[in-house]
Amino acid sequence: MDKPLNNRAWFLVLPVLALVAFSAVLPLMTVVNYSVQDTFGGNQFFWAGLEWFEEVIHSDRIRAALGRQILFSAIILAIEIPLGIFVALNMPKKGVWASFCLVLMALPLLIPWNVVGTIWQVFGRVDIGLLGYALSSLGIDYNYVNDPIDAWVTVIVMDVWHWTSLVALLCYAGLQSIPDAYYQAARIDQASRWKVFRYIELPKMQGVLLIAVLLRFMDSFMIYTEPFVVTGGGPGNATTFLSIDLVKMAVGQFDLGPAAAFSLIYFLVILLISFVFYTVMTKEQETP
Amino acid sequence: MTRITLENLAHSYLPNPSRDEDWALKPMTLTWQDGGAYALLGSSGCGKSTLLNIISGLLVPSQGRILFGDSDVTGLPTAERNIAQVFQFPVVYDTMSVRDNLAFPLRNRGLAEAEVGARVAEVAEMIGMSDVLDRRAKGLTADAKQKISLGRGMVRQDVNAILFDEPLTVIDPHMKWELRTQLKDLHRRFGHTMIYVTHDQTEALTFADQVVVMYDGRVVQAGTPEALFNAPEHTFVGYFIGSPGMNLIEARVEGATAHVEGASVALAHGYAPLSGKTQLGIRPEFLRLGTGGAGLPFALRRIEDVGHHRIVRGHVGGAEVNVIVPEGQPIPEAADRVIPDPAHAHVYADDWRVDPATQERAA
Repeated sequence: MDKPLNNRAWFLVLPVLALVAFSAVLPLMTVVNYSVQDTFGGNQFFWAGLEWFEEVIHSDRIRAALGRQILFSAIILAIEIPLGIFVALNMPKKGVWASFCLVLMALPLLIPWNVVGTIWQVFGRVDIGLLGYALSSLGIDYNYVNDPIDAWVTVIVMDVWHWTSLVALLCYAGLQSIPDAYYQAARIDQASRWKVFRYIELPKMQGVLLIAVLLRFMDSFMIYTEPFVVTGGGPGNATTFLSIDLVKMAVGQFDLGPAAAFSLIYFLVILLISFVFYTVMTKEQETP
Repeated sequence: MTRITLENLAHSYLPNPSRDEDWALKPMTLTWQDGGAYALLGSSGCGKSTLLNIISGLLVPSQGRILFGDSDVTGLPTAERNIAQVFQFPVVYDTMSVRDNLAFPLRNRGLAEAEVGARVAEVAEMIGMSDVLDRRAKGLTADAKQKISLGRGMVRQDVNAILFDEPLTVIDPHMKWELRTQLKDLHRRFGHTMIYVTHDQTEALTFADQVVVMYDGRVVQAGTPEALFNAPEHTFVGYFIGSPGMNLIEARVEGATAHVEGASVALAHGYAPLSGKTQLGIRPEFLRLGTGGAGLPFALRRIEDVGHHRIVRGHVGGAEVNVIVPEGQPIPEAADRVIPDPAHAHVYADDWRVDPATQERAA
């Protein structure tokens, strides 16, 4: 069936375009504006061209932060996605316990991020924290303030505690939408537990998994509050992720030009990796 | 292939059923002959899907036994019963090709790949999907998917029975006929025992040699379509089968006479005194319209012409009564009587037919 085409319909999109322009494009453009200029205060600006971009790209400090960031996000995804799926598979499907689990799972998601940071900051302290004190009483040498590995473990465990629920809840919603007949048919077909997962549950979860992976990737790649509260980026620069570095540069050192260039590159990296995830995860669906 | 026997079987979804209505299935004993084409007919919620799931082993009955041949399978899981089941909504494995879907039950049972290929090719031919074997199952239409579900049921040669749980609900009317014809055809060729659950009488009557009618958790009658039509054992069967269903008129039966609303009609047989609610059941096909004199007082309400015959709707006393008048036969303007054909008039006591020969109720 031929649908009538009328280019005047584009006018109907105008209000949205205007809204997006004011809410997203214009603020972004001010950042672009900063990234190609130098300023010494007094509202005086000098053209700097691509100088800041070159500086950012060649900066060892930012490269190191990017490396830490990629490693952090990779570890987070590698732990939270399988763990979330596992938890969702083992949650009760109905009854009082299902509601109980849902509430329990939602709790960490409701806590403000800096509170989560504070909780773990105290929890992990060797002198008064339950975790830190217990570990050192057991003879385990744990101190997130001095030891980079311990700092990493603390930040990762904290993030897993905070966000695995999100993955689990999304997967749970995906699993709940599978009609009973699928499981019954699988039993009649003598499918093993693994095959039920591989051919029924996983395909039905694909949509929500895509959302879970994208959300967890973006959030973990932009993580700021929790490690800032717990470790402040330390010891040394061990847990200085991109956001923490960026804030140091923009607010601490007031290097607006390089910070603006850094922001744009940061944004493009997130966009690029999200695009790759999206393409890879939806590619399978499109092939006939 | 095997005979399936249900022995004193009953099921309740509650842990401690006490009252009659706690039982989804009330105690029943029933045999499904090897190679029969059965329909399990009843309205929604009458327990037919429960019964089907018990036979396939997806549910364990609260009491009673299920025998396949002579062996007790009551406690056996689905996988060990060697049953195929097709569900109301198509179940396909989305990420697999049509070929892999059909091969899935065979591969899970560890069949050699050569044999799997041969069986899949044969079944694909049967369901007319040979040319789309390598397509992904995901993008197919609902009826193509349901055909795959059917095919997965049929692909195993050694199944004890194939169960269908309202399999054509999501299919276009036109495809329904075609698939049903194919099913009948497959039944003739391979002789699998087939049990077909439906709430559609046309589907049941065209598919099955034997129709089992369920009502309120009970099997109220099992028989050929003809028997269900001519001698319904329960008022529900009379009402559910036929279009329109059987007329039921409250009556007082004395010997071979039924008294209704001050009038009386002769019956073909004499009856001993009956207790409880007594009803006279006559199909609309076996009523004649008349004027004055003999028959039951009838108040005509309206006439519907449905093409090959006309349905005259009206009342006898408080009961709604329909009469079918064949095409070409005149309808008297002042019709105020209906005259039953005594040979086709049945007497029901508390909804169960009273057999004139034994004077006993069917239940």
